[in-house]
Amino acid sequence: MTVRKNQAALTADEKRAFTAALHELKRTGGYDHFVTTHNGFIMADTDSGDRVGHRSPSFLPWHRRFLLEFEAALQKVDASVALPYWDWTADRTSRSSLWAADFLGGTGRARDGQVLDGPFAYAAGKWDVNVRVDARPYLRRALGEGVAQLPTKAEVDAVLAMPVYDTAPWNSSSGGFRNNLEGWRGANLHNRVHVWVGGQMATGVSPNDPVFWMHHAYVDKLWADWQARHPQSAYLPAAGTPNVVDLHDTMRPWNDVTPAELLDHRTFYTFDTEPAAASQR
Amino acid sequence: MNKITRRQALGTTAGALAVLGITAAATGADASAAPPASTPPDAGTVDEVYQGRRIRITPGTGGHHGGHHSPGLPTVLIDGRELHVMRNADGTWISVVNHYETFADPTSLARAAVRELQGAVLAPFAPTGGAA
Repeated sequence: MTVRKNQAALTADEKRAFTAALHELKRTGGYDHFVTTHNGFIMADTDSGDRVGHRSPSFLPWHRRFLLEFEAALQKVDASVALPYWDWTADRTSRSSLWAADFLGGTGRARDGQVLDGPFAYAAGKWDVNVRVDARPYLRRALGEGVAQLPTKAEVDAVLAMPVYDTAPWNSSSGGFRNNLEGWRGANLHNRVHVWVGGQMATGVSPNDPVFWMHHAYVDKLWADWQARHPQSAYLPAAGTPNVVDLHDTMRPWNDVTPAELLDHRTFYTFDTEPAAASQR
Repeated sequence: MNKITRRQALGTTAGALAVLGITAAATGADASAAPPASTPPDAGTVDEVYQGRRIRITPGTGGHHGGHHSPGLPTVLIDGRELHVMRNADGTWISVVNHYETFADPTSLARAAVRELQGAVLAPFAPTGGAA
C-alpha cells in the first residue's frame, strides 16, 4: 500500500528516488501528457458551462484521480515512490528544505524567473518545458512575489470547519468547503499557493513544476481531513445537475470513475499521519 | 467612468497608449499618447502599448476565436498573439498565464500577462494544450 509522506520528512534517498522517477517520466514523454491534460481542463472548465477539473464540486475527486494516475506512472518507473505532500502552512518560506538544491531547487532569478539550481533547472538538461503557454522552455518560479504569504494553519482550520461540501451554483461563486479550499472564495487556500510559487505554477500549465503534485497531494489530504471532521457530510450534488459531475456521474477524461468511487482515499493509499477522527474535535 | 479609467491608465502607463492602427512592428518603440475614442463601459476596444508590448482587446461579438469555448468573450491579443481568457461568475477575469488570480477587467488582465511574460511571446493555444 502506498504511503504518502510529508515532503519535509523524506530521507535523502527518498528525495533522490522521487526526482529520478520524475526525470525518467519526463524523458519518456509521459510527464508532458499530464501537463497537456491539465491545461485542457483548465481552459475548458467554465462557471456557466461544463466543468469537471476545476471550479466545480469534482475539483477534489478529479485531482485525486489525476494524482493517482500520475503516481501510478511514477511507480512504473520505481515501485518504491509515493507522492509526497507539501504542508504549506508549516513549510511556508523559500528557505524550506523543499526548495533546496537536492530536491526541487529554489526560486527563479529576477531577470527572467529562471530556476537555476536543483534537478529541474533548465541548464541541467533534464527538464525542458514543452507544454507551455509562451515561448519560454525553462522552469520558472517567483516564490512569494505574486502574493506575500502562504495560507496559515488558522485559515486552513476555518475552512475545514465548514460543514457543507459544496453549494449551488456549484462553481467559483459557491459557498461551502470545496470552493473555500479551491480558493475562489474566502481566505483563498489552493489558488493562493499557485500564485505564491509563481512561474508556470501560476498558469494553466502548472504541472510543469513538480511542486504541483505535492501541493495537490496536500489539498487532497485536506479533503480527507475534512471528511474525518464531518463524517455526516456528503459529496454534493447528489444527482441531476446540469454541467456538473454528480456523485454517481463518471468524470472525463477517464469516463470510468465517479466521485463516489474516490471518496475514500484508503482504497488507494494512506498518509503518514491519517486524519484525526471526528471525536477529536 | 470610462474617461476616469483612461486618465488613470494614462497616468500609470506614462503616455504609452498607442494610437489605433499602429503596426505590430512598432511595438517597443515609443508610441505617441493618443487615447482612443470614447467607448462604452465594459465593451471597450483597447489598443495600447504597455511595457513595450502591444495590447489589443476587441469586445466579444458572439463569434469564436481560436479555441474559445464561450462565445461573447473579448479577444485579447498581445503583440498579435491571442491570450486565452475566461470570465468568472462574479464578473472578474483570469487568463491562462495568470490562472489562479482574478482581475477586475480585461485590461488589467492583459497588463498582468505582459508583466508575467517578461518579453516572451505567447504560444498558440489549443483545447488540448499549448505545446509550442
